[in-house]
Amino acid sequence: MFHFSNIVRTKGDPKILEGGPSLKQPADQLARALGWFSIGLGVVELFAPRRVTRTLGMEGHETLVRAFGVREIMAGIMTLSVEKNAGLWARVGGDGLDAAALLSGLTADNPKKGNIALALLMVGGIAVLDYRAAQDTKPRRPSRDARRKLYPNRSGFPKGIESARTAARQIAAHAKTGVETNEVKQGDERRVP
Amino acid sequence: MKALVWHGKEDIRCDTVTDPEIQDPRDAIIKVTSCAICGSDLHLFHNFIPGMLPGDIMGHETMGEVVEVGSGVNGKLKKGDRVVVPFTIICGECDQCKRGNFSVCETTNRKRHLADKVFGHATAGLFGYTHLTGGYPGGQAEYLRVPFADATHIKVPAGIPDEQLLFLSDIFPTGWQAAAQCDIEPTDTVAIWGCGPVGQMAIRSAILLGANQVIAIDCLPERLSMAEAGGATTINFETESVVERLQELTDGKGPEKCIDCVGMESHVMPSLPDTLLDRAKQMVMAESDRPHVLREMIYVCRPGGIISVPGVYSGLSDMLPMGAFMNKGLTMRTGQTHVNRWTDDLLRRIEEGEIDPSFVITHTVALAQGPEMYQVFRDKRDSCVKVVLKP
Ligand SMILES: NC(=O)c1ccc[n+]([C@@H]2O[C@H](COP(=O)([O-])OP(=O)(O)OC[C@H]3O[C@@H](n4cnc5c(N)ncnc54)[C@H](O)[C@@H]3O)[C@@H](O)[C@H]2O)c1
Ligand SMILES: [Zn+2]
Ligand SMILES: [Zn+2]
Repeated sequence: MFHFSNIVRTKGDPKILEGGPSLKQPADQLARALGWFSIGLGVVELFAPRRVTRTLGMEGHETLVRAFGVREIMAGIMTLSVEKNAGLWARVGGDGLDAAALLSGLTADNPKKGNIALALLMVGGIAVLDYRAAQDTKPRRPSRDARRKLYPNRSGFPKGIESARTAARQIAAHAKTGVETNEVKQGDERRVP
Repeated sequence: MKALVWHGKEDIRCDTVTDPEIQDPRDAIIKVTSCAICGSDLHLFHNFIPGMLPGDIMGHETMGEVVEVGSGVNGKLKKGDRVVVPFTIICGECDQCKRGNFSVCETTNRKRHLADKVFGHATAGLFGYTHLTGGYPGGQAEYLRVPFADATHIKVPAGIPDEQLLFLSDIFPTGWQAAAQCDIEPTDTVAIWGCGPVGQMAIRSAILLGANQVIAIDCLPERLSMAEAGGATTINFETESVVERLQELTDGKGPEKCIDCVGMESHVMPSLPDTLLDRAKQMVMAESDRPHVLREMIYVCRPGGIISVPGVYSGLSDMLPMGAFMNKGLTMRTGQTHVNRWTDDLLRRIEEGEIDPSFVITHTVALAQGPEMYQVFRDKRDSCVKVVLKP
């Protein structure tokens, strides 16, 4: 069966002697780590929600935890993709939801409120990382109203565009009167009869 | 030598690598004088086309001087010749090459067992472009080994600057083939999606092939201004409805010919919800391409018209309106470019001053700055349209 991992480089092709610098920033590595963390946490929330609710003394909220798991996985996948910035902002938003859900469980009669406080602390810490990574990986595409150079003089036709149009019209007229053009030489056999 | 090397998603580095050597009697070694970054390289930069290995050398738009030839090149090339290297590696002898279908040469893909399985049949070997097309080291480097060099070259005369000739390697014939396979008639409106380097060449080609009206679509003001300079009427898809404007400009009939110079990475924006869905599916590997432009072309093309697709697609596209495509009697023509089919004619047009493809170059930098320029070109920073690298 075909598998991409079977691909190998052909012997004799150039090999790296000395690596050059990578333009990857620390923020890119952080984004990657957060992406995998997001997926890991999401998988636990999705497949073992009871473990989460029991630890937090929030039994009965398994469906919510599962939904949060799906959200974590999606944000994680996005954070690992080319659109990592959008993924990181999704994570920042998710951190807010996590905190809100945890706060709702922080009632006087919850025997596990110590764990909730701990979890809140963790969410706070991760949120700081998410926010910093999101700031540092801002897309560098210029905004719609950024100043741009325009190229109104780059026609590409040294003799001017009108001359190009006229030449084309003459060739078309010739073709109509049955004069062979060089198109035949091009070997394109699919001309419409 | 120095070369731009792929290390993974968004990670291209200027590494020092071993010099290429003659491996086969039909090889030649070229000392590269100019090379360029192509929109196709961006698909690889984003790791959207499978089959790259860390350590692969990028680049398929290259020209230079022959410094070494193998014993089997048989005088077709000699030391000191100035050549542009077509991005499609061709044998010149197989049935497809004889028909001029060079990009589907049956000989040059040295990893055909992979490509046969993925695409049904292998296509030609390409420089610097995934192991599905042979995994040949590319030409964003100081030297390039050209396999099947007796056929895989375009000899160019001295006295014309590199900048005017370099694009014979890819984007000029690509834009030309895109227009030529539209069978343009003098009454035709040709609509062209994407005003990147390929779109710009397609616009000029459609004019030279006698289109009555050329309409160019993009969202970047600098590229739209360049399209207008080349004779196109422009539509900004961020601020206007493409379908409505095309209908207006064609008295409600739709353009007879539509050309997709965008490919699999169509712009994602909330006002085009299908692009959001495609992007989400791409992330979970449920779809490989974002075929928004194909959908739009099929919808808006005049019945009986032709859809030409030079834009690269890699795998599976969802929700193509086959009902409209079939009932409207449309024709679709596609393909990696059969570069050498067109280059004699195009070189003549450059020599005669009919066209000067260097108009598209906005940035010329040293090879070592290549990794940075991938980002600039991708992000469309600094009004960048086309980058040329000088080793
Ligand atoms: N067939 C071939 O042999 C061949 C050769 C070279 C390049 N290509 C392909 O051609 C395509 C274009 O190459 P390029 O170098 O011009 O790349 P590019 O990335 O510079 O240009 C693409 C342009 O399309 C525009 N665009 C994005 N979404 C759009 C939409 N919905 N409607 C209209 N425009 C949209 C972008 O703003 C951009 O200007 C790529 O897919 C590339 O791989 C094919
Ligand atoms: Zn290309
Ligand atoms: Zn061949």
